[in-house]
Amino acid sequence: MKKALLVLKDGTFFEGFSFGAQGESIGEVVFNTSMTGYQEILTDPSYKGQIVVMTYTQIGNYGVNEEDIESIGGPKVEGFVVREYKDYPSNWRAKESLNDYLKKYGIVGIQGIDTRALTKHLRDKGSQMGIISTVDLNPLSLYSKVNAHPDISEIDHVSTVMCKEPYWFHKEENLPLCVVYDFGVKRSILRNLKRVGFSVYVVSGKTPPEEVLQMSPQCIMLSNGPGDPRILNYAVDNVKRLIGKKPLFGICLGHQLIGLALGGRIYKLKFGHHGGNHPVKDLITGKISITAQNHNYCVDIENLKDQFRLTHRNLYDGTEEGMEHVEYPIFSVQHHPEAGPGPNDALDVFVRFREIVREYERV
Amino acid sequence: MPKRTDIRKILIIGSGPIIIGQACEFDYSGAQACKALKQEGYEVVLVNSNPATIMTDPSMADSTYIEPLTAEILELIIKKERPQALLPTLGGQTALNLAVELGESGVLEKYSVELIGANLQAIKKAEDRELFKKAMMKIGLDLPRSSAVNSFKQGLEVIEWIGFPAILRPAFTLGGTGGGVAYNIEEYKELLERALKLSPVSQVLVEESLLGWKEYELEVMRDKADNVVIVCSIENFDPMGVHTGDSITVAPVQTLTDREYQIMRDAAIKAIREIGVDTGGSNIQFAVNPQNGRMVIIEMNPRVSRSSALASKATGFPIAKIAAKLAVGYTLEEIPNDITKVTPASFEPTLDYVVVKVPRFTFEKFPEANPTLTTQMKSVGEVMAIGRTFKEALGKAIRSLEIGSYGFEEINASLEEIRWRLKNPNAERLWYIAEAIRRGFTIQEIYELTGIDPWFLNNIKEIVDFEESLKEVKLTSIRDKELQELIFTAKQKGISDRRLANLLEASEEQIRKIRERLNIKPTYKLVDTCAAEFVAHTPYMYSSYERGFCHINSSELNYASDAPPTDNGNKVIILGSGPNRIGQGIEFDYCCVHSVFGLRELGYETIMINCNPETVSTDYDTSDRLYFEPLTLEDVLHIIEREKPLGVILQFGGQTPLKLAKALEAHGVNILGTKADAIDRAEDRKRFKELVDKLKLKQPPSGTATSLEEALKIADELGYPILVRPSYVLGGRAMEIVYDEESLRRYMREAVKASEDHPVLIDRYLEDAIEIDVDAISDGVDVVVAGIMQHIEEAGIHSGDSACSLPPYSLSEDIIEKIKEETIAIAKELEVKGLMNVQYAIKESEIYVLEVNPRASRTIPYVSKSIGFPLAAMAAKIMVGKTLRELGLSNNIKIPYVTVKEAIFPFDKFPEVDVILGPEMKSTGEVMGIDEDFGLAYAKAQMSAMGKIPLNGRVFISVKDNDKAQVLPIAKEFIELGFTVIATRGTAKFLQDQGLKVELINKLQEGRPNVLDLIKNKQISFIINTVFGKQAQKDSMYIRRGALQYKIPYTTTISGAKAIVKAIRRLKEHPISIRSIQEYHKEVLQ
Repeated sequence: MKKALLVLKDGTFFEGFSFGAQGESIGEVVFNTSMTGYQEILTDPSYKGQIVVMTYTQIGNYGVNEEDIESIGGPKVEGFVVREYKDYPSNWRAKESLNDYLKKYGIVGIQGIDTRALTKHLRDKGSQMGIISTVDLNPLSLYSKVNAHPDISEIDHVSTVMCKEPYWFHKEENLPLCVVYDFGVKRSILRNLKRVGFSVYVVSGKTPPEEVLQMSPQCIMLSNGPGDPRILNYAVDNVKRLIGKKPLFGICLGHQLIGLALGGRIYKLKFGHHGGNHPVKDLITGKISITAQNHNYCVDIENLKDQFRLTHRNLYDGTEEGMEHVEYPIFSVQHHPEAGPGPNDALDVFVRFREIVREYERV
Repeated sequence: MPKRTDIRKILIIGSGPIIIGQACEFDYSGAQACKALKQEGYEVVLVNSNPATIMTDPSMADSTYIEPLTAEILELIIKKERPQALLPTLGGQTALNLAVELGESGVLEKYSVELIGANLQAIKKAEDRELFKKAMMKIGLDLPRSSAVNSFKQGLEVIEWIGFPAILRPAFTLGGTGGGVAYNIEEYKELLERALKLSPVSQVLVEESLLGWKEYELEVMRDKADNVVIVCSIENFDPMGVHTGDSITVAPVQTLTDREYQIMRDAAIKAIREIGVDTGGSNIQFAVNPQNGRMVIIEMNPRVSRSSALASKATGFPIAKIAAKLAVGYTLEEIPNDITKVTPASFEPTLDYVVVKVPRFTFEKFPEANPTLTTQMKSVGEVMAIGRTFKEALGKAIRSLEIGSYGFEEINASLEEIRWRLKNPNAERLWYIAEAIRRGFTIQEIYELTGIDPWFLNNIKEIVDFEESLKEVKLTSIRDKELQELIFTAKQKGISDRRLANLLEASEEQIRKIRERLNIKPTYKLVDTCAAEFVAHTPYMYSSYERGFCHINSSELNYASDAPPTDNGNKVIILGSGPNRIGQGIEFDYCCVHSVFGLRELGYETIMINCNPETVSTDYDTSDRLYFEPLTLEDVLHIIEREKPLGVILQFGGQTPLKLAKALEAHGVNILGTKADAIDRAEDRKRFKELVDKLKLKQPPSGTATSLEEALKIADELGYPILVRPSYVLGGRAMEIVYDEESLRRYMREAVKASEDHPVLIDRYLEDAIEIDVDAISDGVDVVVAGIMQHIEEAGIHSGDSACSLPPYSLSEDIIEKIKEETIAIAKELEVKGLMNVQYAIKESEIYVLEVNPRASRTIPYVSKSIGFPLAAMAAKIMVGKTLRELGLSNNIKIPYVTVKEAIFPFDKFPEVDVILGPEMKSTGEVMGIDEDFGLAYAKAQMSAMGKIPLNGRVFISVKDNDKAQVLPIAKEFIELGFTVIATRGTAKFLQDQGLKVELINKLQEGRPNVLDLIKNKQISFIINTVFGKQAQKDSMYIRRGALQYKIPYTTTISGAKAIVKAIRRLKEHPISIRSIQEYHKEVLQ
């Protein structure tokens, strides 16, 4: 087996073996605790700029299929780190092996390292930039490369994953129109908007709000996406101009953009939330959902409390998971109600979107 | 929601004796529940007939009843205790059934007892096939097509829409016999006819065959606020067709995509809501068609189960404890996760390791039993292993089993046999898969034969292929760097040192030395519920081989092992007893757990090593630190090296840890308690004889034979009957009582291969002798005889299979005094520090020493419960320096009541096996009866064992010639008590000649009506049947089999018959009454 190296920005390095594509890749190293769903994770555009470490140890077991993707055009992660990859997938829907899939799209992977040790390191020291290489096996050289690379918070990854041209995801005359601002949208969000009864039109995250409003949509959804929202000035400006115009929803990055647009503060979590088992409590109904999570940043609702009500709270660490505007029909969540991967417990958030629109239309 | 304050007293029902399908996992769940509810301030009343459990310890509940688990007794307890609530979901099917019975008969209503956890309606909806089917269809879940049919015609109708292949299961047959799979209409007609005939109610369930489908289980929890979480997902290695208790299972699921898994998860959540389990855990099983993914729901257990114990251990999420808290009104959100402390229980554990469970079978105890695995469970125990990969966990699980396998050893079998073993599920199939791979079978071929998912098969192939490559390696010529990588890779694949030694033609010790030299050792990781996302506070660990990592500024490798050992100088490692099997079960776990209790009381840090997921010892709450690891030299030494304890305790875990004694000592490990040499003096036949002679005790005359000729000579000298056994097996295996030369010749020819290395041991068999079991405790200076138990069955029946009474019921004071003296002398001579068990036989007032075991015995929990002193905890304290005097135990313990222990057998699971008892142990569990005299205590023990004791009706007697004189007074007494007696020709004539009124009945072969007709018509209420000789046994087996199938109480010994008649007399004189164990213990004198 060909050797590979993972070097973190702080100089810690792990020696393992290559899988997927050969090459070198830099990104912020984050760990994900989902036991299933690697294909969805790989194709989730929110992971652009990141190297994902799976804490579950056996990856690739069920291969790769054509349906379980969160974006088109292959994986969006920069690199993939697993404890053990084996080239014998088994599942009736499998079309190819994970190894071939990663190779096809040029994604560098490393396996055979102690992913629990790495996870503990990231947990204790915080997420940080890292580099995987199968071509340069000198840790010192890789260390200087990763240290010379800009931090994830300095790169606009959204621009690279958003759609260039607008498109209809689902068009049905009689249904209310939801325009989705694509900052790297997951297909599960679009599927769920369709499921609760919207026509879904997707536009680039850079589309001027006036263009969107001209379409007279019944609501606007700000999608998830990668990276630090604080550098997305164009997006924040766009959102500012949408406030109060139409019912406005946000998921993950979209939620953070709403917070910023209304003058809120964003803070970075030490190692983020990435997985499928965080309990989130709906503070209105009292219901607890086991949720899909994928974010490194949070909205500090404390300094928005004149404008927003906290609607959801993470029961693990008490962080904000959802908010609604006290005046406007604005509602957004930090977690991923669309699942993909992860539990479907929070799907009712989409129903709530639909109801808010219904209510707004009636008034 | 806070906890409920309208209830103060809660009744918990345990699961009774250990049987196949219901083992000590319910002790684990029940003990957790008791602890949790007491912590919350509730008064707990507990009922369980099984004295070997931790849950029946007097400290676990406020009032503990070791009484028969019958509705009648339960009503008495409810009437006396007046609990406000009954929690029925933690004591297995036994507790659930009893709760339903009490609910339906109106007892719960009468005494205003509320069912908490699951209500009657929910239990029924989950348990009744038709109601379950309706409920699942209502929420849109797919089920296997099935129908119960009562006639041939109906059977032909339903097969039209059920289709082929179809499974037929006759209702209520013994061990599920008479079922089968039909692939075409011809076969179907044939099977249907037979199945209808075999079912006592003429009912057959015809079901769409799911053979070869993938099988999954989800452990689900729900709280009062309707929050639901999935605690664990499990994928079965063996596909549908093998009972999940007999399947190798793996957590988490391995071959489902997230999308498929979420569909299953959603279905499980819908199911628990629809069934209406209010709070607590449920186990839901699914099957998935591997060709197209069609998913059907198979069944749901609305209670804590074997799988939930496994899931708790696999994830670190204590299902039973949380279920108990949910039942009193808490919500998941309000209960903290013990391991992280900062997060709530309303989450789903995520694993960063793989868990493999492998069942433990004991077919060697039942050579007649059909070893093919089916939907009827046959295993008696299980092991669980944790590794970072499936391969690592599988390797650890194999060596945890203690069946002499340390990996995929080569099997000498024909291709034909291999194919047969792959196609027909059996206990050794795993090893045959490896052998098939070695012989060049393709994965596709093996998949077609076994239906096991290729992902699992490919993992095994990887191990086998790697092993084959190792066979080429020459240790003498390989370079260190290369060797380092090879051995490290082998360890990562879960290959044991022993197996490596095999493959590399070296000794285990050599491999160990090589690993030490090349610095190949395991790291330790935590089971933490969260894959390291949060800091864990509970040191629940497993080992794994991991590559280290570095920092660019240093060349040092880091391993980031979790939970580094403390520098506490007062730490003790306790070795557990491994998987449950016949001869070594829950009793030893009880002792291990108690040793922890004892040592913790004295402030010692306790470290437990065990691999049995069913037990209390592997609850991370029990000891200070828990290593879930195999109990092999390799794995145990690693932990000792890491922890550097003051000493290691081997005395409590049965043979498992004792086997390691010599090797551990050789590695310089300090073994606490009785010296290994004392154990050797007791176990080595020659040295034992010297000991007996030195103390001027008596032993039955004996000899050792290495050939048939020698055996015949010795037998002639000793005189028949003789007791013969091979020297190299323990626990009564292959032991036989031989009455004549011909049988001895047969035994020497068929049963054993005698040789210089493996001599056959021959003892004179003391016919009709009384057998005595004694448990004593000693600090090396003083000795306390804690319990003298008189067996009901005569010597020659394995002590584990015999009922016994404490105190003895027919021994003179003189004899008892002498037994005490002898026991004390032996303990002093062996300088026992801890526990010791001695077995004696008494014949014509002579005392013979049969066996001495200077360690915890199977009867320790029973004696402890009888006398009210925790002997194992005390013994552990002695091992670290306490004296008996300090512990306050005197040698004059007297109990003014009687306890009787009775053994429980798995015969109903093995219809091919005869129920006759012998020197080979066959029981899986035990019950205890306690009351003011022997008769009543024996009656209760029998009620617990058989469910009922007849007080009138017809007694059937058929005994061997030798027993006829002895059965006469018994028959007389039955008649006096108002029974009628019916007998077969020989016995009837004898009794009639003695002037008794006896009905005559045909044997099976003599015409009709015969005894079997009466059994089937339930016209017999008790059976006394003794036989002599193989042929007579074979000819009369239908009687005992009939008794089993139609649940008619029976005995196969005269002594058993004598005891039961006493019991019936006392029961007729005295209405049954109950008292808690705490009340009894107040009366103990010392």
